[in-house]
Amino acid sequence: MPQSADKVFDHAPLFQQPEYKEMLENKKVKFECGHPDEMVQEIGDWTKSWEYREKNLARKSLTVNPAKACQPLGAVFAAQGYEATMPFVHGSQGCVAYYRSHLSRHFKEPSSCVSSSMTEDAAVFGGLVNMVDGLANTKALYDPKMIAVSTTCMAEVIGDDLNSFIQQAKQKGSVPEDFDVPFAHTPAFVGSHVDGYDNAQKGILQHFWDGKERTETESINIIPGFDGFAVANNREVKNMLDAMGVEYTFLSDVSDVYDTPSDGEFRMYDGGTKLEDAKTALNAKATISMQEYCTPKTLEYAASKGQETAALHYPMGIQGTDEFLMTVSQITGKEIPESLRKERGRLVDAIADSQAWLHGKTFAIYGDPDFVYGMARFVMELGGEPVHCLATNGTKKWAAKMEELLASSPFGKQGQVWAGKDLWHMRSLLSTEPCDLLIGNSYGKYLERDTGTPLIRLMFPIFDRHHHHRFPTWGYQGALTVLVKLLDTIFDKLDDDTIIPGETDYSFDLTR
Amino acid sequence: MSELRQIAFYGKGGIGKSTTSQNTLAALVELGQKILIVGCDPKADSTRLILNSKAQDTVLHMAAEMGSVEDLELEDVLKVGYQDIKCVESGGPEPGVGCAGRGVITAINFLEENGAYDDVDYVSYDVLGDVVCGGFAMPIRENKAQEIYIVMSGEMMALYAANNIAKGILKYANSGGVRLGGLICNERQTDKELELATAMAEKLGSQLIHFVPRDNIVQHAELRRQTVLQYAPESAQANEYRELAKKIHANSGKGVIPTPITMEELEEMLMEFGIMQSEEEREALIAASDAEMAG
Repeated sequence: MPQSADKVFDHAPLFQQPEYKEMLENKKVKFECGHPDEMVQEIGDWTKSWEYREKNLARKSLTVNPAKACQPLGAVFAAQGYEATMPFVHGSQGCVAYYRSHLSRHFKEPSSCVSSSMTEDAAVFGGLVNMVDGLANTKALYDPKMIAVSTTCMAEVIGDDLNSFIQQAKQKGSVPEDFDVPFAHTPAFVGSHVDGYDNAQKGILQHFWDGKERTETESINIIPGFDGFAVANNREVKNMLDAMGVEYTFLSDVSDVYDTPSDGEFRMYDGGTKLEDAKTALNAKATISMQEYCTPKTLEYAASKGQETAALHYPMGIQGTDEFLMTVSQITGKEIPESLRKERGRLVDAIADSQAWLHGKTFAIYGDPDFVYGMARFVMELGGEPVHCLATNGTKKWAAKMEELLASSPFGKQGQVWAGKDLWHMRSLLSTEPCDLLIGNSYGKYLERDTGTPLIRLMFPIFDRHHHHRFPTWGYQGALTVLVKLLDTIFDKLDDDTIIPGETDYSFDLTR
Repeated sequence: MSELRQIAFYGKGGIGKSTTSQNTLAALVELGQKILIVGCDPKADSTRLILNSKAQDTVLHMAAEMGSVEDLELEDVLKVGYQDIKCVESGGPEPGVGCAGRGVITAINFLEENGAYDDVDYVSYDVLGDVVCGGFAMPIRENKAQEIYIVMSGEMMALYAANNIAKGILKYANSGGVRLGGLICNERQTDKELELATAMAEKLGSQLIHFVPRDNIVQHAELRRQTVLQYAPESAQANEYRELAKKIHANSGKGVIPTPITMEELEEMLMEFGIMQSEEEREALIAASDAEMAG
């Protein structure tokens, strides 16, 4: 065997060694009994045809590679953004392992979350005992300041009532009566992680705000929404608000939670919105959501308390950032300072410098509804043309809003909106109507492989590239990061396409 | 508009819940109330007397047809019947498959989120059987029904079911605001029925809100898929339902936290009324019949 202690191969080169190649070839011939290579090739090609696309788009009873996750993931993410808060998912353990690994693999940080570990008897008798023991254990073992409860499918199917369970658990002394245990029902089989985020946020605010008197102040609340780039984006938003001299409270801020320094001390909890601040946030003049589709119920609740509300769509690019700053300025009456005006000018300058390379480039974009909206808008600002805009968790209303956006610019003319479609649909779309670039998350790498469309990772989750989330994508600064990513991909592709000496290298240019 | 009042009818299967509730609600309209009926029974027969038609399209049936609840519009499932009463059926799976309780949760969430509760004075839930799982308790959770009316009769199993439902209400009474509004006895002409129903209501710490006498006119109306109020508005039976409607309307906020009893207590009560024999009596009877056989 090629592997030896003196020269250890990583698995990527290891399986390319002749011994392994031979072994795998033998296995295929002797044991796999598969179809001949020509037929595999033929069927593979057919799956890229228009005929197959029609069949694929007509598909009703099957979803393949949905570009969304389930409600509790969003609920856990929202809960982790509060000070010393332990997310508690009422349901089975496996689900919680999934949320934790998903978040850890993206942020490259530990992700704390507990489960009430429901098993078969809990499914029969209801999960009250699990709630009672679970809350007590969570408090005793992990000493949080708040335990935020959400649910998995199992608890929802049997109809466990969190409100009554938590009250009973408190009566039984699991946690003190005045201990903060907000809750939200987050059935995983309805909606997606953006709805879970919304439900959890509303549950937490209801817990702190219900029955309280409001005395309006000049402060505003910011709800960032579910965002894989939250670490840097939240900080960027704070920079902008600080520059404007605005008083604000972030409702759920994971920026320090998912970015704890290595200084020899393990912190189970770090950063997050202070619980005191969450309480006084009731008095804020207004609540601004950075992502409309992450917060419909939460904003409705904030409005019912007498706050002004505003909802944005992932403020990326020039218009997105303008809209954010102008909204804040309008609500607070604070001027947008010269420093931000300069940042904007620099961004416009950078875009103009690279205009020739961006103009007319076609894009396929998928991800959460707000992201796809913000991304498509930015692409059009750059002179790019969104061709496929897909959100598996996009609703009809979202689709209508997207159509409106695309119709607002000549660059949106060939744009098509795909609400509720999945990544297997996207494969057909890219095969039949190819685009220059694909924007999505790590799962897009299989589309990149199958269709040869270069992938730009700008959407949660990003498992196979590190630390991108530490750089902002919001604001004028963030727009620069995104611009550079797009350009790098365009130039890398161009270099690849012109790299054969004497054959394609007429355009292998030093200066682009 | 006065504050939205939400009530629910529970009771053993086949006891006449749907019939009683639809007749009563039809009478409630005469008191100037705007009503929404939410049928929480996979059989979807909680609204046929109001709609004068067979079971309507249910929330879950339509959702299954369209792919998901998110694709559903309120107009698809909200039908308007007799005297502008609005009707919705949650629907549910075929017998033997799936989970009907989850269906109730899904349907109620859908209705709330889509504004079905706007512009009505009353929401009435018609819920099948005992409180068998969390789903069927949905209407009695926080912010849902304020009062439960248990439809029962003098039959032992109906009493047993009424007691079980009271247990369900008790469970949620402290966390939510749900109360037991009272028992409605739907006469079956069993022995000492009125006395027994009154005694049962007392044991539960509640009241027998009305004793609905048996009258064939109900069957005649039902055959025509009508309530008695529509079929024979002048009849004595129609007046019984008007009476019940008035009592329920006046009963707002007067519900109680029930005090369900144990199985032993229930059996003792039945013995007191001579409906059930005691162990000794039973053994004596068996001995007597054995002796007879031997003789």
